[in-house]
Amino acid sequence: MSLVISHLARRFGATPVLRGIELEVRQGELIALLGPSGSGKTTLLRIIAGLDWPDAGGLSFDGTDWLQRSAAERRIGFVFQHYALFPHMTVRDNIAFGLTVLPRASRPGKAQIAATVDRLLRFLQIDGLADRYPAELSGGQRQRVALGRAMAIEPRVLLLDEPFGALDAQVRRDLRRWLRGVHDSAGTTTIFVTHDQEEAFELADRVVVMNGGVIEQIGQPDEIYDHPATPFVARFLGLTVELPVTMRAGRAEAAGLDLSGLPRRAIPDGSATLFLRPADIQPVSDPAAPFRVTEIASTGALLRIVAQNDAGCWIEAEVPRRGGRDLRVGQRIGLRIVAGQIFPGGTVPAALPAATSRTLKETRS
Amino acid sequence: MTPAVPATLAPRQDRSARWLLIGLAVMLTLFIVVVPLIYIFWRALSGGFAIFAQNILAPDTLHAIWLTAAVAVVTLPINLVIGIAAAWLIARFTFPGRKALLTIIELPFSISPIIAGVCYLLLYGRQGLLGPVLAAGDIKILFALPGIVMVTLFVTGPFVAREVLPLMQAQGSEQEQAALTLGASGWQIFRRVTLPNIRWALLYGAVLATARAVGEFGAVSVVSGAIRGQTMTLPLQIELLFNDLNTVGAFAAASTLTLIALVVLILKTVLEGRTR
Repeated sequence: MSLVISHLARRFGATPVLRGIELEVRQGELIALLGPSGSGKTTLLRIIAGLDWPDAGGLSFDGTDWLQRSAAERRIGFVFQHYALFPHMTVRDNIAFGLTVLPRASRPGKAQIAATVDRLLRFLQIDGLADRYPAELSGGQRQRVALGRAMAIEPRVLLLDEPFGALDAQVRRDLRRWLRGVHDSAGTTTIFVTHDQEEAFELADRVVVMNGGVIEQIGQPDEIYDHPATPFVARFLGLTVELPVTMRAGRAEAAGLDLSGLPRRAIPDGSATLFLRPADIQPVSDPAAPFRVTEIASTGALLRIVAQNDAGCWIEAEVPRRGGRDLRVGQRIGLRIVAGQIFPGGTVPAALPAATSRTLKETRS
Repeated sequence: MTPAVPATLAPRQDRSARWLLIGLAVMLTLFIVVVPLIYIFWRALSGGFAIFAQNILAPDTLHAIWLTAAVAVVTLPINLVIGIAAAWLIARFTFPGRKALLTIIELPFSISPIIAGVCYLLLYGRQGLLGPVLAAGDIKILFALPGIVMVTLFVTGPFVAREVLPLMQAQGSEQEQAALTLGASGWQIFRRVTLPNIRWALLYGAVLATARAVGEFGAVSVVSGAIRGQTMTLPLQIELLFNDLNTVGAFAAASTLTLIALVVLILKTVLEGRTR
């Protein structure tokens, strides 16, 4: 029992949105499609649902070609970002909709539909809302109703588009845990789209990182977090400091950096780029080191240290405030690197996310 | 506590200006709208109710009422179907000519009805472009019910689409897509999701279209040929009676039309509240 996507491509006019997507989703898995806006993740979800069609490639479920099936025939459950509840129906009628439109021969009786809806209402913890209209519900309640409506038809695959995108932070966290519970006890296969890394990592069994219409990496959350496969994934996951290093016999070297904590890598000798999280950089006072502290700011628990070397490279480090007490602006420091990711070749700083673009700057001197 | 602003300042002047403007508005409304309407009923009933009834029940007037009702009843469903189809097409799809379709739908609003009538005359008349073909097939369009219905459709065409389209555009197609993923067929989606969402706008458009269909004069007067007791709709009959110097008859017929219009107006007001 699995969903197999192969060589999937889609373009909107002249713009390619998906470029050769390969993905296999196993029965019972909870998958997150993670990426920035414009990465093609929602289009991929809509193609799986049958709400959009690819220009090339294959999509099959259990050996059945889904590209030959309409959205209605695929029996998927789709939860829209803004829920798309039917405003003129009560919560009960919304959830029952999928059952009441079945062909007469396979449609359950009225009593049976009512029983199914009641069971779902209890399961989703919204049994008090059965006779309300969508306009009378909060965002979180609407989300639950939308999920209930999708689950009523016992979908083969549950698809959710930015399921928590329109909710505030507290409701978001609660619903996240709740959705994981629903997925586990219902035993469905679930795919959801998100641009929120924390959300993807907390919820999903496997995360699919997408960018520019291609899959950058597929893996379990910890695996991706510890070993980002591409510079894009590294930057997206917060490895925002990029330093040029030289590889020699699998070891990275650079003036002023203590890289002994990093394992050997099978990367050819020559120039490479080291990607770092600010928290994985430990400044060490060293009068002979090339980096000089230019800025120290406190965020309460942490000190944010900005330093620059003679070549004009900037770094940003985060240290616990207690550990960084003797650091002063102008002081020379060496950097001990706790963990990091090395990719062959020079840096391409153009793709830096806007929010962190100031963590690494080449000065124009 | 008394306010700090002296009572002799601006507020008093404001108040007199306000009463002047309100008075002006009331006077204008009275003499332009209310008095003529009341006068219609007063004149119609001036000879007593028996004469009023006798005038209404005159065969020609009765026939005119029947014909007007027939035109309204025939055009309404056609307007509904075409209006929904056009609105749906424009709201849900992008295709070449979409803008052009939108303009064509609006066109009857900006063209004088009498021009529509003349166009039909030139196209379907005996000396018209299609005249010989129609004559050969013994099909009678002008000076008969089909012509009246067609020209009424032309004039009332935009109403339903104009009311439904903005609503459909605002709501988007997500609900319909949701229904699709839940296994609903095209007809089920329309009947259970699309239609309930647009029902008040649809009804409102239908009321406006019907009001216009019942009251249309210019376009119909050209294509109907004004044959007494045959192709006279109520507005045409009123003019005829008036020209015959049968004032009581004219006012009786006019009061009937006004009554229909008032009912429609009340319906419209009720529906406007619902569409919000």
